[in-house]
Amino acid sequence: MQVTSPVRAPLVTSGKKLHDVTNDICKQVEGKPTKLWIVAFTISVLLLLYGCFCLYKTWTVGLGVWGLNRTIGWAWDITNFVWWVGIGHAGTLISAVLLLFRQKWRTSINRAAEAMTIFAVFCAGSFILMHVGRTWLAHWCLPLPNTYGSLWVNFNSPLIWDVFAISTYLSVSILFWYVGMIPDLATIRERATGISRTVYGALSFNWSGGAKDWQRYEQVSLILAGVSTPLVLSVHTIVSMDFATSVIPGWHTTIFPPYFVAGAIFSGFAMVLTLMLVTRKVFKLEDYVTVNHIESMNKIITLTGSIVGVAYITEFFIAWYSGVEYESYCFINRATGPYWWAYASMMTCNVISPQLFWFRKIRRNIAATFVISIIVNIGMWFERFVIIVSSLHRDYLPSSWTMFYPTMYDIGDYIFSFGLFFTCFFLFAKYLPVINMAEVKSILKSSSVNNNKS
Amino acid sequence: MEFGVTKIASLKANGVSIDIPVLVQPGQAPDTVGIAIGYGREKVGKAGNNVGVNAYPLLSVAKGIVNYSVTSNVDVKSSEIEYKLAMTQTHQTIMGRDIVQESNLKEYKKNPAAGRHFPTVATADGAVGATTLSMWEMRERNNHSWGMVIDLNSCIGCGACVISCQAENNIPVVGKDEISRSRDMYWIRIDRYYTSDMSHEVAEKENVNLVDMYHQMEDPSENPQVVFQPMMCQHCNNAPCETVCPVVATTHSSEGLNQMTYNRCIGTKYCANNCPYKVRRFNWFRYTENEAFDFHMNSDLGKMVLNPDVTVRARGVMEKCSMCVQRIQEGKLNAKKNNRRPIDGEIVTACAQACPTDAIVFGDMNNGESEIFKLLEREHKKRMYYVLEELNVRPSVSYLSKIRNTEA
Repeated sequence: MQVTSPVRAPLVTSGKKLHDVTNDICKQVEGKPTKLWIVAFTISVLLLLYGCFCLYKTWTVGLGVWGLNRTIGWAWDITNFVWWVGIGHAGTLISAVLLLFRQKWRTSINRAAEAMTIFAVFCAGSFILMHVGRTWLAHWCLPLPNTYGSLWVNFNSPLIWDVFAISTYLSVSILFWYVGMIPDLATIRERATGISRTVYGALSFNWSGGAKDWQRYEQVSLILAGVSTPLVLSVHTIVSMDFATSVIPGWHTTIFPPYFVAGAIFSGFAMVLTLMLVTRKVFKLEDYVTVNHIESMNKIITLTGSIVGVAYITEFFIAWYSGVEYESYCFINRATGPYWWAYASMMTCNVISPQLFWFRKIRRNIAATFVISIIVNIGMWFERFVIIVSSLHRDYLPSSWTMFYPTMYDIGDYIFSFGLFFTCFFLFAKYLPVINMAEVKSILKSSSVNNNKS
Repeated sequence: MEFGVTKIASLKANGVSIDIPVLVQPGQAPDTVGIAIGYGREKVGKAGNNVGVNAYPLLSVAKGIVNYSVTSNVDVKSSEIEYKLAMTQTHQTIMGRDIVQESNLKEYKKNPAAGRHFPTVATADGAVGATTLSMWEMRERNNHSWGMVIDLNSCIGCGACVISCQAENNIPVVGKDEISRSRDMYWIRIDRYYTSDMSHEVAEKENVNLVDMYHQMEDPSENPQVVFQPMMCQHCNNAPCETVCPVVATTHSSEGLNQMTYNRCIGTKYCANNCPYKVRRFNWFRYTENEAFDFHMNSDLGKMVLNPDVTVRARGVMEKCSMCVQRIQEGKLNAKKNNRRPIDGEIVTACAQACPTDAIVFGDMNNGESEIFKLLEREHKKRMYYVLEELNVRPSVSYLSKIRNTEA
């Protein structure tokens, strides 16, 4: 089924054999936690604990602990929400779309990318719950039967579309990730003894490794990939509609759906790179996540970064071309008003920095990739901040114009999401197989260095 | 510099010196200082104790009469001490927008629609009025249709409507710190705009580019004109806030009111973001029974001033002008008990009742006998306009343009 050319560089290096793959990946799960892991995990948990304190204050005292005001009703909360959802998109793209396109290089990175998706959606979800004034009633956003004369949700509201989009996304992503992990969990079970054998046995749903098991597994994977693929486009399209369907200049923009989707993939790939570059180093997985993988991802970053850049310019053109007073002011204010620094950061990080990847040396350089991947994510955070805050702070009536100043709780609740994300990610990295062993083995024959000996 | 942040200056007159923050006010004559008296009291209770600075020591008393004008031996020295003034409005100019439409008497005599702006949108058949196109069908309004007309010519910006609304509708007092964070809770506010030397016309004439034009528009003129505009929920018939609420907490009544269901609200704040008039107010904190807000709602005695007909809102919900729906309901019930229709003038909102110049007219726009009906009929296509008409949100509140008694 898979056509390979001897001209292509191998995807797995150092002549790994099937058994080496199992050893290299299971080693992390079976061994004692490394010192580095313990340090990193402790920091994550501390961040999470501090974040929990800030979150506790936010929920018990009120949203007034944030810097929001009567003019700017969303700021860091929704910026963080959109940012995290966007980051999640890369996981789905890598596992679903690249699977359908038979991109074999995805096998080494899809597991970690999917895990990242799920944890990022957790973080995004926590901001949905946080930004609500009465979180204890957030379930009213679900169309549940009730005693209020059966009062339904407002299906006109983009926030309701969000609820459906994000919850679908989370459930499909978890399913996809978990189903893909079952054969690997069985591999770990086979090597384990005692209590961990029982635990991994239960987690692997008694996977037998028989032909029928594999056949069903392949079918389910393909179906889930088919279900996930439209989600790559739909989730961020719907998130963008929170803004696009409104009347606020700077939000009311029809190019938002494709622009947001491109931005999501852009930031998601950057995050996958940040995480994978660290993971491959710490867990010594350089033979599985090779420079070729990094280069492929950098190419996607350059493409999506350029799409985003074109979108920024298009917005300006339309603001001028429309002749709408409020629209043109909004964009002039964005670039030259009190938030010019946020706009300048966004432009530098998102449009200029990924263009460096046109140089082969830079896109194959691990240190440079790492730095740019972080810059891209800073830029994408600023993009959402610029869209949300710079549009709201000066809208129609100048009498209400004001500024947003973050407080320690705005920052603390953002830290909470980092704590949550990294705690989850480190637990995953230690106790679950970070690379899809079964799928890597499937490409070993065609894409390894000693492809005839394995 | 953060807006509202100023410096403390030491002001010396009459041999006495006080330290007081400075606010440079557009239109204030050069070399003059104006100070409000009546502040800095010490024995007045929690509303007034140690609020502001007492300026009386600067004044002299001659023959039993306080001389309020001090013209000699005045010395002002700015210090480096920063001070944050709490202001509800931090942007001074109207930025060349047609929010307040005005003209002068000479033009008005020639054309009653002078100074009016009629927004249009482009269609395949040429430009048409902005409100002629709609994706939505208008609902029929067979019974009442409550509305309000605000005459900008009569408004003197006194703020009586703001206070009466606050008293009527149990609007929390939030204090100086919250005001300086732009978190005022007023349901009606008085927008105040100074004129600027820069305008679209000036920019075109003098070839000023867009960026410089907008930056210069932010500066008020040396000697500006001022306009006041009372602004509250416009009770839009195509309300942007209503469509975005995920839990249907804000809806439209069959009588034209945009209404808030407080106990349904979960506080996403999406409605406030999507309000073009920025009139929605969020309960950032629990303002009752809260030591941090030790104003009238923190004590049993203080709570006696609350209006029993109006819900006190919980933390985390949105609120806004209800057009005094409690008064409307009471008026309708009284009329019903007497087996008649409500009479015009019988139901009146707190702001309209308090307005000393009758700039605010409230009533049933379906009642052909009502003052508001006659006013709208008279001023239609003349002075009557909607703020941000181009958005086609179709407000129930309309404004009458300001006509200045000047020749040019």
